[in-house]
Amino acid sequence: MGQKASGWKEIPIAGVCWRPSTEYQTGDWRTFRPIHDSNKCTKCLLCPMVCPDGAIKWNAETENIEFAYAFCKGCGICANECPVDAIQMVREGEEV
Amino acid sequence: MTTIKQNTLALNGDEAVALAVKQSDVDVVAAYPITPQTIIVEKFSEYIADGEVETEFVCTESEHSALSACLTASATGARTFTASASAGLALMHEILYVTSGCRAPIVMAIANRALSAPINIHCDHSDSMAERDSGWIQIYVENSQEAYDSIIQAFRIAEHPDVLLPVMVCLDAFFLSHTLENVKTLPNEAVQEFIGDRQIPLVLGHEGEKVPFKLDPKNPITIGPLALYDYYFEHKRQQEEAMREALRIIRQVHNEFAETSGRKYGNGLIETYHLEDAEIATVCVGSTAGTIKTVVDQLREQGVKAGILRLRTLRPLPFSDIKKALEGVKALAVMDRSNSFGGHGGPVFHEIRHVLYGTHSTPFVVNYIFGLGGRDMPQNAILGIYRDLQAILKTERVVEDVRFAGVRE
Repeated sequence: MGQKASGWKEIPIAGVCWRPSTEYQTGDWRTFRPIHDSNKCTKCLLCPMVCPDGAIKWNAETENIEFAYAFCKGCGICANECPVDAIQMVREGEEV
Repeated sequence: MTTIKQNTLALNGDEAVALAVKQSDVDVVAAYPITPQTIIVEKFSEYIADGEVETEFVCTESEHSALSACLTASATGARTFTASASAGLALMHEILYVTSGCRAPIVMAIANRALSAPINIHCDHSDSMAERDSGWIQIYVENSQEAYDSIIQAFRIAEHPDVLLPVMVCLDAFFLSHTLENVKTLPNEAVQEFIGDRQIPLVLGHEGEKVPFKLDPKNPITIGPLALYDYYFEHKRQQEEAMREALRIIRQVHNEFAETSGRKYGNGLIETYHLEDAEIATVCVGSTAGTIKTVVDQLREQGVKAGILRLRTLRPLPFSDIKKALEGVKALAVMDRSNSFGGHGGPVFHEIRHVLYGTHSTPFVVNYIFGLGGRDMPQNAILGIYRDLQAILKTERVVEDVRFAGVRE
């Protein structure tokens, strides 16, 4: 989490969350990375809806979808559901 | 000493508990029936049906659900009570740990009953002893009066901001739960004044701000979700600290209650009887202590220096109080109304011998497993144990350190 971990005297009791969950970057867990092909994409916006982590959003300026790689766990649901195969899952560390 | 006028009622242990819960102004009770605890919630549902309390009563389909309902109610800041025994407590096992981990100050009465198989509805301590490491405070009572008094104290202890742990008040099945006794009861106002409203401390919320430690849509917090190798250990360390604090708070609440009621049970953690100059002594939890005291009286009349230490609070273990109280005892019998199969003795024996290790003059210590499944422990059998201790002193030798009292060969 990038910060010095707190001791038992500092943290609240009962596991109460004292920092926002956005600090916990679950993208660390990812094995496969979704790669988006904007030429194939029809902008149907199905992928933001099926993403269980809310890690895909529509950027109105670029008129394109964007992945929040800090939170995407690489589950691959978006790639599986994309009707035009515009999302490809690539192993982390490998080239497209 | 108290000037409050008290009403003496003929109550069995379960009814005494139910009355104490009624007077403690409890918000939520969720429970599932099981002998010999049944009378507690049965009586309490009568109070509800008769409009004597405003408690929300939740009938659940199992003890697992009952304690889950209590946990969530308690997390919203409600004063919460439940009761169980034997297999019912065993079914709660998982949620016992969740409750203490979530620091929910629930009070639960346990009518100590044997575990199956074979099925047995009578008294032994197998059920609650199996849960002694679940993070709950455990108070074992000697009689129905103490059951009544301890329930009232338990809410104060559990809800104290330095503690915030659930409390089990354990009473022996049938010997206490179903046996009528004269019980002195306080007026409702005196009990409510003693307990007061539940205090809700502040904790850090998810934005790092101070918020009340309760589930409330106006100040949303998340209690007990996930902590892995990074934070789980720290939370368990906090629970240990709360247990250590509880030693102080149990004594403090016990003393304050003594001022209100005029009744004391030792120092609230342990109770000694003729122990000061005793050469031979027993350690015991629960109602058997009453019988042992009678035997000690008989032995004292014969000039035998016999005594007893009753362990009222098993969790947290009053380590230094026990150590100090047993100084000077030369031969000690630890009484266990449950067994740790293959564990070389019962749970109370393990704890007491653990306390005695490293003391300057460790006494001879033997363990007696007794009374399983409700088997009676009569005076002559207890007398036999003190005679065994005298023989040990004479021969200065322990032939067998784990023994079974009252089982047929």
